[in-house]
Amino acid sequence: MVSNLFVKDRVAIVGAGITTFMRRALETPRELAWEAARQALDQAGLTLRDIDCVVIGSAPDTFDGVHMKGEYLADGSGALNKPMTRVYVGGGTGVFVPVSAWWHAASGLCRTVLAVAEEKMSPAHPHPQYVFRYIWDPIIHRPLEPNLIWIFAMEMRRYMAKCGAKKEDIALVSVKNKRNALDNPAAQVAANITVDDVLKSELLVWPVNELDISPVTDGAAALVITNENTARQVTDSPVWIDGIGFTLDNQHWENRELAFPRYLNYAARMAYRMAGIERPWKEIDVAEPYDPFDYKELHHIEGLMLARPCEAWKLLKEGYFERDGELPTSPSGGLLGVGNPIAAAGLMKVAELFWQLRYEAGKRQVKKPVHKAVANAWGDLMQAGTVIVLSN
Amino acid sequence: MGNGRVAVIGVGFYGFRPSTPEVSFQGMMFESSHRAYAEADVDPRKDIDVFVDCQEDMWEGIAITDEFAPEPIGGALRPTFTVSGDGLLGVAHAYMLIRSGLANVVAVESHGKPSEIKTLQDIYYFAMDPLHIRPLSTGNPFFIAGLDAQAYMSRTGARREHLAMVAVKNRNNGLRNDRAPYSSRISLDEVLSSPYAVYPMTRYEMAGFSDASVTVVLASEDVAKKFTDKVVWLDGVGYSTEVGSGSIEWHQWGRMPSMRNAALMAYKLAGLSDPQKDVSFAEVEDRFSFMELLSAEELMLSPEGEAHKMLEAGEFDFDGRLPLNPSGGSLAMGVSLEATGLARFLEAVLQLRGEAGAHQLKEARRAVVASWRGVPTYTSAVAVLSSDVEG
Repeated sequence: MVSNLFVKDRVAIVGAGITTFMRRALETPRELAWEAARQALDQAGLTLRDIDCVVIGSAPDTFDGVHMKGEYLADGSGALNKPMTRVYVGGGTGVFVPVSAWWHAASGLCRTVLAVAEEKMSPAHPHPQYVFRYIWDPIIHRPLEPNLIWIFAMEMRRYMAKCGAKKEDIALVSVKNKRNALDNPAAQVAANITVDDVLKSELLVWPVNELDISPVTDGAAALVITNENTARQVTDSPVWIDGIGFTLDNQHWENRELAFPRYLNYAARMAYRMAGIERPWKEIDVAEPYDPFDYKELHHIEGLMLARPCEAWKLLKEGYFERDGELPTSPSGGLLGVGNPIAAAGLMKVAELFWQLRYEAGKRQVKKPVHKAVANAWGDLMQAGTVIVLSN
Repeated sequence: MGNGRVAVIGVGFYGFRPSTPEVSFQGMMFESSHRAYAEADVDPRKDIDVFVDCQEDMWEGIAITDEFAPEPIGGALRPTFTVSGDGLLGVAHAYMLIRSGLANVVAVESHGKPSEIKTLQDIYYFAMDPLHIRPLSTGNPFFIAGLDAQAYMSRTGARREHLAMVAVKNRNNGLRNDRAPYSSRISLDEVLSSPYAVYPMTRYEMAGFSDASVTVVLASEDVAKKFTDKVVWLDGVGYSTEVGSGSIEWHQWGRMPSMRNAALMAYKLAGLSDPQKDVSFAEVEDRFSFMELLSAEELMLSPEGEAHKMLEAGEFDFDGRLPLNPSGGSLAMGVSLEATGLARFLEAVLQLRGEAGAHQLKEARRAVVASWRGVPTYTSAVAVLSSDVEG
């Protein structure tokens, strides 16, 4: 019986694209998706005709104001008359899109996959936080009218208490990432700021100030992902997907140890095992940890085992994670600097690593030679972890 | 692991009733998953490598509804993710996960609880393109199906009676099925004499809604036999999207290229060259009566434009040459939102195992299962299933 349509082999990224991250983009969500997809195709030297399958990622439906958003974005994502699915793990979706594209290609079902993530948050009225009112358990939590920033404040507070980090130590992440973003043409909130600026910005929910948080953003990102044969045909410098990992913790966040991201640690172990990485803190050259809040980058550096638990903030102070440091993190500027169109932000991080590993990141290129890189994203009720390990 | 065949080793369900006030949606998910795991004899904490959940935010009334996926299906702190689409799309992911060698055993769950949605019509409204279609305020979203039905009829020469015959056949088929709350002993006259709901269809020709959760467990060939002897093979899957949701102005009226593409992909994987001959029965999309005839054509189970003639000749009947929806289809079982495709899948698996009870077919060796996500989308998914048991 004929089964495998194509040969099963390694999977590579051969092209990437992102739109400018901004607020109140005039483009429709479909147009944003196409802008990113077009760039990715152009970089790969392919056209839509070469694409076998499409994977779409987008966080809640409600931001774009449409139901069945996967189908809605199909037009702009080049998915028409092709196998298309939308995959979804809340904020973790951005990194999950290439994770899912991996098995589209590795299974032999598709030779070339277009992975597109889009989010347009600004049309939510009066504020995207109103969409987040509907993410809670409708019986137990929603009547308390919680706000997302509350639970993040709890997590940040717990990290500070457990690890002995001060607000000024954590604010350094915001300072670093916003500065890194100055070199990123897609960035929304790049700036040269100081720790003092962060501490003096508006207090939202203690200990979270305005500059601890990534902004409301519209944007899209896309990758072209192929099997090994196709990758070798279309480029001399494919970036390989060595490992993928994903985990969903239970929905009851109130029972968790909030100081350590267990969901991410499990996913990272899965990805490292697949990539054959035993000592990530030594083997990883550059990382894009998910940083919608500044404490979250530290949290995720620890979850990814790039630093011991509670040590990331100390290394940060020593300049370890700077672009010219030992282990550069968020050289793109991250969500804090580039912006946070939820699913697109995660995919932007993978795109950045693709460019870093091809030495195409321009002014953002990290100083040291790079061979292996890791990105992660996080979502749902502080429970989703998605990880991808890349190499050149 | 890897390139072998993919097997279905367990199925479980809960519901298939117009309302299920006794359970939450998580309760339904737990029940169906528990039953599927028990049947497959798998321990979700140890044996299942990846959990796939199929659901869509607005149906659930929860933004980021996938938060609620892991616990009821046993996927907490395990690789779990959500496909926002029909359950059959989740099966396609499971197929790829197994074929890539990443997973040996995958669980796919999908559910729908339409009885808890007070504003179903408004949710359909939100699925329309916000710039081009939504401002038209078209009222009943099923007008799209009505337009498709008319285009189909004028292309093929099928008459209103043929559409009504599908409703009569399926609602009567459902009488043999425990999971078919909308089955009834109706006659052609009753259908034809009832008023139009959406021209050219009456209420009898449009499926009602029912609450259900379905879980299926899939495994690679190597490990399937370790868990169970009741193996049904998933020989191929296909899926395709024709136009974006709400972009109905680009749709090819009276046709479903998405279903044709999905079928071609699934048949190629399954090595199925002559579907009209090699398929014993099919569980296809029939949430609107004309869809069953259109599905039969796009799935190449009937020659182009001939489905209504085959129907008239009784070939699609329960005891016909190629039974369509022996379970009663969505017309008898109801539309369970994203679980609709898995409901068709469930019925096919039970038939192939010879466990369909009162609606067991005499010969059930190879089945085609097809689903559509419903208006206003044009995404279809197709699966080809077979059993080793001689029917």
